[in-house]
Amino acid sequence: MALLKIHEPGETPLPHEDERQIAVGIDLGTTNSVVAISNSEKPEVLRDKSGGNAIVPSVVYYGDDTPVVGEAARDQINTDASRVVSSVKRLMGRGLDDVKSVAGTLPYHVEVPEKSETENGEPMMVRLNVGNRVLTPVEVSADILRSLRTRAEESLDQPVEKAVITVPAYFDDGARTATKDAAKLAGIEVLRLVNEPTAAALAYGLDNGAEGLYAVYDLGGGTFDISLLKMQKGVFQVKATGGDAALGGDDFDHAIAEHLLAERKDGGATDDLDASDAKRLLKAARTVKESLTDQDSVEVTVPLNGKETKHSVTREQFDGMIAKLVARTTTITEQVLDDADVLPEDVKGVVLVGGSTRVPAVRKAVADLFEQEPLSDIDPDEVVALGAALQAEALTGGSDNLLLDVTPLSLGLETMGGIVEKVIDRNTPIPVAKAQEFTTYQDGQSAMMIHVVQGEREMVDQCRSLARFVLTGIPSMAAGAARIRVQFNVDADGLLTVSAREETTGTEQEVAVKPTYGINESDMATMLRDSMVHAREDMEMRVLTEARVDARRNILAVNAAMEADRALLSKEDEASINQAIANLETAMAGEDREAINDAAEALENASRPFAEARMDSRIRQALAGQNVDEVH
Amino acid sequence: MSNTEQTAHKVCWSCKGPVEASALFCETCNAIQAPGQLDHFTRFGLEHSFAVDVDAMEATYLKQQQKLHPDRFASRSGREQALSSQQAASLNEAFETLKNPVARAHYMLRLAGHEPEGGEGHTVNDPGLLMEAMEMREALDDADDKITIDAMIKDTRKQARACEKDLGAAFDSKSYDAAKKLATRLRYLMKMTEEARAKKSRLAAA
Ligand SMILES: Nc1ncnc2c1ncn2[C@@H]1O[C@H](COP(=O)(O)OP(=O)(O)O)[C@@H](O)[C@H]1O
Ligand SMILES: [Mg+2]
Repeated sequence: MALLKIHEPGETPLPHEDERQIAVGIDLGTTNSVVAISNSEKPEVLRDKSGGNAIVPSVVYYGDDTPVVGEAARDQINTDASRVVSSVKRLMGRGLDDVKSVAGTLPYHVEVPEKSETENGEPMMVRLNVGNRVLTPVEVSADILRSLRTRAEESLDQPVEKAVITVPAYFDDGARTATKDAAKLAGIEVLRLVNEPTAAALAYGLDNGAEGLYAVYDLGGGTFDISLLKMQKGVFQVKATGGDAALGGDDFDHAIAEHLLAERKDGGATDDLDASDAKRLLKAARTVKESLTDQDSVEVTVPLNGKETKHSVTREQFDGMIAKLVARTTTITEQVLDDADVLPEDVKGVVLVGGSTRVPAVRKAVADLFEQEPLSDIDPDEVVALGAALQAEALTGGSDNLLLDVTPLSLGLETMGGIVEKVIDRNTPIPVAKAQEFTTYQDGQSAMMIHVVQGEREMVDQCRSLARFVLTGIPSMAAGAARIRVQFNVDADGLLTVSAREETTGTEQEVAVKPTYGINESDMATMLRDSMVHAREDMEMRVLTEARVDARRNILAVNAAMEADRALLSKEDEASINQAIANLETAMAGEDREAINDAAEALENASRPFAEARMDSRIRQALAGQNVDEVH
Repeated sequence: MSNTEQTAHKVCWSCKGPVEASALFCETCNAIQAPGQLDHFTRFGLEHSFAVDVDAMEATYLKQQQKLHPDRFASRSGREQALSSQQAASLNEAFETLKNPVARAHYMLRLAGHEPEGGEGHTVNDPGLLMEAMEMREALDDADDKITIDAMIKDTRKQARACEKDLGAAFDSKSYDAAKKLATRLRYLMKMTEEARAKKSRLAAA
């Protein structure tokens, strides 16, 4: 029998031209966002029409017309501050409880939902009052994504519907889901959510042919992330990750703003700030901070409540104000090194990411901790988007490189007494599937509450509650006799699905929970209808593409089988199979999904006798004691 | 692998032809298959032995992830994506289990039909070990400088190494009761190392 030259397992043929749509990489930052594209592993950022800045401030202005995103929106802070939304990423997937802790740091009104949970026990997402609109963080993020999509389409001069979007490694499940929802609203299919430090490592590693253990230290406007990666022969393996989803340059701005207010108070001013004043003050503080990166001292004038005050801030003063914040990042870094059982000197290089790593005190702290000068030969503002673009190319066009990521936080269940039983530990490689068995603790207990939490602490109320559901219909049994299997699945995007089932009896019950943070299917449908995007057409196009992908695979499979076992193929079967293939190919050239599916089914029917013959033949060989390996 | 055994077959979901029950990909049409009931050692082509060369196993793990990971299937059909996710998850589980000596010992005990100690109710009835653990914990509580803690970490690690060696011998001679005890001891030693490390970073942060 002739040996057939087939692809190596896993070395899949590249997708067909018509299915290979263009895919971009998006760094959806707290402060700034960037979109990039990669061709032949050469990523580049996409600039605005005039070829100017790659950075789009993650700021949206909700005036009377369509929302304005970016630089132009930020300029409105001076004129119409109450309608400007910034740093919304801090609220992604946040519920009532979280808002209490960050509300003071946000320059706009956050509406606290009346109830903290939906009737399904899901935490309610916060809403923002902006001008006369009420918006969820997901909608604001969708406006930013939409503007990035437009930028990409204008710059590439073709439609863009697919993207890899980056998220902080430390983002929990709620925030990840919220990000995916935002993309959906913006008409973008998310090929993969990739962790920001991992994306940065990819961009850096491919550019430098790095091998060994690297740390990625990412301090942006609102989040801190530290990841430890092993890079070897095209595999980027995350060993451990940690961070703080609410620590960044914004906090430095606050420190300066408080300092300025304190000085004004000493000078006799009584400031009662409204939200607009606060926004303007923070904007001034930020300018001071950024200037102190290159200068030893900065003069600033603060005009508030009709009283203008002049201040001078030195680098030394600033370093003092942020010392505690910087120390928090190094403590978290040490914890991550410990988690991975690694000493600072084992780390071959430290990659700096994020605008706040420009602060000299931050650079010094990192250099001191690792006892080496950190690397920053790729622009820290662009490196994440460049990595995302590389990954987008890899996912659509194939690649020799692979990213292996981990869960940032432990996942568990509430057990008796409010204690958390961990099911998946933090830093477990994903995708991961794990099951745990529980039992009933009362005779005849017919239902069981399943409460899913995320976090490192021992007690449920110190962890983040992701979802709660009740498994009902447990047959009557003595306490301890039921076997309830709770299954956790975390996919390659880091998203969790949980299901539960009683196993001792034939009665099976399965409930799947996806924490959604308050955007349920019907809200989503309404938002999609309201959005300007042709979401429905996008959806239909996607389904059609999928039908074609399936059909093409079917044809390849049948052809391969005919090549391999031609001896088992009767003339009539061959003729009818070939006819069915031809019909399917015709259907695939059209736009009718049903026609494609029907033709695919016809092919399956036509090839059934042949498939059965192949199966029979193999069984006969096995019965004859002949080993299959010897046939080849 | 032995060539004399008959290989079990199942139907490939894609080309409907025969495929080896343990195959990752159909040899005819190349479609990814569902993960079968492979045990963790077989997945990596390893003998059922406690002594595992973790670096070599990691190389195999990475090679297999290169083929199975969902990122390799992002533009394939939904079914292939789901299967790849299952395969990658099984591979991760196998690797995580065999990489960690305590998990590996527990896994081998279960394969041999023995339930490891201290799994559910944390009942350990080895007075010697409990005594030793108590002493270690007291020593750790008293230690308040980096040098002392470093020395303790070094010592527990050395003991852990020795314990792993004994475990290997116990499994080789199928002495499962001894293996059970040693696995529990190893678990304690690992936990102490972890606690000592945690205390060290607390001291450093203070
Ligand atoms: N030259 C600079 N000196 C100090 N901080 C800077 C400088 N440039 C940018 N930043 C700060 O970096 C932060 C934005 O970083 P970026 O990485 O874009 O954030 P994110 O990823 O959160 O969107 C802001 O807090 C900004 O003030
Ligand atoms: Mg960033």
